[in-house]
Amino acid sequence: MTLKPEEVRWVAHLARLECTEEEIKLFTSQLSEIVAYVNQLQEVNTDGVEPLSHCLPISNVFRSDEPGVSLTVDEALANAPARKGDFYSVPAVLD
Amino acid sequence: MELIEHSARDLLGLLDRGEITCEELTTAYLEAIRQRDTKVQAFVSVQAADALEQARRVDEKRRRGQPLGKLAGLPVAIKDVLCTQGVPTTCCSKILQNFIPPYDAHVIERLKQEDAVLIGKTNMDEFAMGSSTENSAFQITRNPWDLERTPGGSSGGSAAAVAACEVPLSIGSDTGGSIRQPASLCGIVGLKPTYGRVSRYGLVAFASSLDQVGPFGHEVYDVALLMEVIAGHDKRDSTSVPEPVPPYREKLEEPVRPLTIGVACEYFGEGLDAEVERAVREALEVYRRLGATVRDVSLPHSKYAVATYYIVATAEASSNLARYDGVHYGYRAKKFDNMIHMYSRTRGEGFGPEVKRRIMLGTYVLSRGYYEAYYLKALKVRRLIKEDFDKAFAECDVIAGPTSPTPAFKIGERVADPLAMYLSDIYTISCNLAGIAGISIPCGFTKSGLPIGLQLLAPPFAEEKLLRIARMYERETDWHQQRPRL
Repeated sequence: MTLKPEEVRWVAHLARLECTEEEIKLFTSQLSEIVAYVNQLQEVNTDGVEPLSHCLPISNVFRSDEPGVSLTVDEALANAPARKGDFYSVPAVLD
Repeated sequence: MELIEHSARDLLGLLDRGEITCEELTTAYLEAIRQRDTKVQAFVSVQAADALEQARRVDEKRRRGQPLGKLAGLPVAIKDVLCTQGVPTTCCSKILQNFIPPYDAHVIERLKQEDAVLIGKTNMDEFAMGSSTENSAFQITRNPWDLERTPGGSSGGSAAAVAACEVPLSIGSDTGGSIRQPASLCGIVGLKPTYGRVSRYGLVAFASSLDQVGPFGHEVYDVALLMEVIAGHDKRDSTSVPEPVPPYREKLEEPVRPLTIGVACEYFGEGLDAEVERAVREALEVYRRLGATVRDVSLPHSKYAVATYYIVATAEASSNLARYDGVHYGYRAKKFDNMIHMYSRTRGEGFGPEVKRRIMLGTYVLSRGYYEAYYLKALKVRRLIKEDFDKAFAECDVIAGPTSPTPAFKIGERVADPLAMYLSDIYTISCNLAGIAGISIPCGFTKSGLPIGLQLLAPPFAEEKLLRIARMYERETDWHQQRPRL
């Protein structure tokens, strides 16, 4: 299983991960090797096997919807890289 | 034995009998950190003033005869993946370098309630992704038994801090072996609890269906003590299970009889170091002498565990780490053209190579055309791995084997080969996929003086029995009393 640099570039785009050309080159070879390794799963017969996403015997854990104490605006914004008033500040999304 | 070399159990005795104060103890460990951590590099931050203040508060409580918590005055180090209110929590990543959480993780709340002294945050592989702690964005932690070697990972800082006697107890997290493997490589005890036993609230997520918080200590008792504190239901984590927490220390000295130890031939395969194998087989002899039946069990899908893990864990990671976008907290790139570019440049500059590699792999296995072939397939094999354990545990109480196929490896040795690094978790990974409990305890040293660990795996929520079985072996040996010369 060999990945092409275009595929790796596309995956980087999907992941919103800016990569240098050297990184694309490195990831193309490393991911190819790892994907070749994980491909061994194809030899396992999984006909009729249900996927297992977690191991707990519990599902749909509900709680009552009660208002409680939450962070203040200042606490919530304390770690923001950029803040404007009571809001997170980001570059313009629309022109 | 120097004061700092004692187990938590001994230290509790010294504190109870008034032979030392918490302040003296905390001062001794802060001095040990000052002297030793320049070599070991286990801590990324030390909260000396807060720790001393907390220690004095505990001394004051004791003087006044007020009720004391279970950890009264014992210093505890915390892997830098657990949120600590007002104290930087970085995951050893540039992207969270300046992050100061506005709240405490459940585990931190519990430690504080039981009067622990939180002394500092420990080094780790960035976002807990790695097996050597070399993926930290900040520093390289060294194995206290041989400073040229890694302490293992990803909780390498927490394991090395205890092994180096810079702290008697610490907390780590284990997604594929990140507590047990460094415990093994550093010659201490480390427990990965059953999935759902300890709340993940405030644990920075890596792979949510696998992550679990757990304790490190010099002895089984120390780990049992920490488990009494950190285990238990928390409604803020919907995967936290409302099972009562047994008093793990109460019956710790009672041997489990009858006892059947399962041995899986899959855990003694190619790549297993001869000295590690010999030490583990000798440990099995100790159990035989204690009257245990040792029998073969089969885990036929074990050989697919690493492949399954690197699909499931990276898929979950790629989703969990999508939150680091330079908007709400953490690092933001300085120059960008637009919003999307801000995201991708922030992430490109903020994440290190291993984290990027795993986000890429996870994104790939979840992407259109590959989801069914990889992710869905891995979830099916995951069930087969879990069913192997269900069948094996019908025939034995615990499964014993090596924790790691090799003793501590040299710094830099596996960095260039991600797959070789992944394979160092070959014996620990299936425990997380199956959601069961596992412990690593010291079971010997190589000729060159490197620690070897015995792994015992137990069914879900069987920690009490697991700890007792581990203690049966520990009582017969003195590996856990060895300390490195630093």
